[in-house]
Amino acid sequence: MNKYVERLYNGIIKENPTFVLMLGMCPTLAVTSSAINGLGMGLSTTVVLILSNMIISAFRKVIPNGVRMPAYIVIVASLVTIVQFMMAAYLPSLSAALGVYIPLIVVNCIILGRAESYASKNDVVSSAFDGIGMGLGFTLGLTMIGLIREILGAGTAFNVALSELPGPTFGASGLSVIGLVIAVVAIVLLVLVALQIKKKGGNPLTTLGAVALGIVAVVGFIAFLGKAFTSMTIFIMAPGAFLVLAFLVAMMNIIRDQMEHKGTPLAKPSGCISGDCASCSMHGNCADEAAKSENQ
Amino acid sequence: MKELLLIAVGSAIVNNVVLSQFLGICPFLGVSKKTDTAAGMGGAVIFVITIASLITSIIYKGILANPFLAEKGIDLTYLKTIVFILVIAALVQFVEMFLKKSIPALYQSLGVYLPLITTNCAVLGVALNAVTYEYSILETVVYGFATAVGFFIAIVLMAGLREKIEYNDIPKPFQGTASVLITAALMSIAFMGFSGMI
Repeated sequence: MNKYVERLYNGIIKENPTFVLMLGMCPTLAVTSSAINGLGMGLSTTVVLILSNMIISAFRKVIPNGVRMPAYIVIVASLVTIVQFMMAAYLPSLSAALGVYIPLIVVNCIILGRAESYASKNDVVSSAFDGIGMGLGFTLGLTMIGLIREILGAGTAFNVALSELPGPTFGASGLSVIGLVIAVVAIVLLVLVALQIKKKGGNPLTTLGAVALGIVAVVGFIAFLGKAFTSMTIFIMAPGAFLVLAFLVAMMNIIRDQMEHKGTPLAKPSGCISGDCASCSMHGNCADEAAKSENQ
Repeated sequence: MKELLLIAVGSAIVNNVVLSQFLGICPFLGVSKKTDTAAGMGGAVIFVITIASLITSIIYKGILANPFLAEKGIDLTYLKTIVFILVIAALVQFVEMFLKKSIPALYQSLGVYLPLITTNCAVLGVALNAVTYEYSILETVVYGFATAVGFFIAIVLMAGLREKIEYNDIPKPFQGTASVLITAALMSIAFMGFSGMI
């Protein structure tokens, strides 16, 4: 495989920052109350990530080793400031919705993590592709979590109300025919994919497909119910973020187990979820120190 | 006085930094296995956030948003993200060195947690929020201290719960972080109950 395509595949599927590496949990929890917010946050992080990877990679032989972290932080913080002002100028409503989480991209583990582990060791073009891959992987993760929370919590998807689909209805409360068709087709496809996974064992791609089909099935079902569906507001409020993430982690634990049995283990989670802050902190030894103090 | 009290209660309990604003999730999940380590981490966060909010607020009021410069048409407020993160990173290093030399006893109890705090988004988040809310220096310090106390409450409560959960029989996929996140969700629901207070 072409090494640039390999970088993209690596970022989006193999080492997806949200689902596999579980990095950057602060924004993942905070801004995913709707799919649009997740998409906006993901794309702004992607822009910062691509540019910071390219700049850091271009200067990797100039920056002295001892001050590399402060240098990276200045580069990332400048880029974040630029993105923040661009968003405030051109997308004011999104900028208001994301609020303080835009400047907080500076301390996002993914950006400093990629700078340290990839961009500081590789050439500019592959670093740019690494940034694109990782950024799109993060965007995919945030958008999917945002979509799930939005559908369950508000009964809308990308701000489109699911209860107002056009087309014929039946029954007293106006059950939608189109919703029913979508739900049935999605469930049939989901069963086919599930059988395939059972026969050949799961891989990240089929799992992603299964999750997407699951979302479509739920969308169809909610559209089918129409006005009869009561949205569970808790999912777009703070507790819902923790709940959705908890189920995501549990699901990934099952997949991780299966992949290990098959002999192709997934990359280990390296963010806060794994209980160590090595990738987030500027001190690589913080995890050891924390572990040491816990053992005392 | 009444306003300061409102800021304090509002940021410590009602808008809890971890459970409703999702800042500082990393240490909240990572260092909450035992109550005493959680308390140590909470103490270190209170210490750093209070000092950091004082220093960043002085720098913002005194240099970046200085009325004298503003009169001459120089607006430096756009530099706040860059300046704050550098000040915080340098400050944490400095506090660590200072404690090691002058107050070894305090360093013994907080020292190991200090490096963890550098990129803790709560510190930067507090500094940036204080600018957005247009707090005075005193209000910023109270806001920072109260936010950190909120962090302390959340992480110590979580550690207490985790010590009990440890002995429960949990389905395998939910062992570890997943059960911690569900606990956090329930705590978050409980804290939502305070939102009627203000």
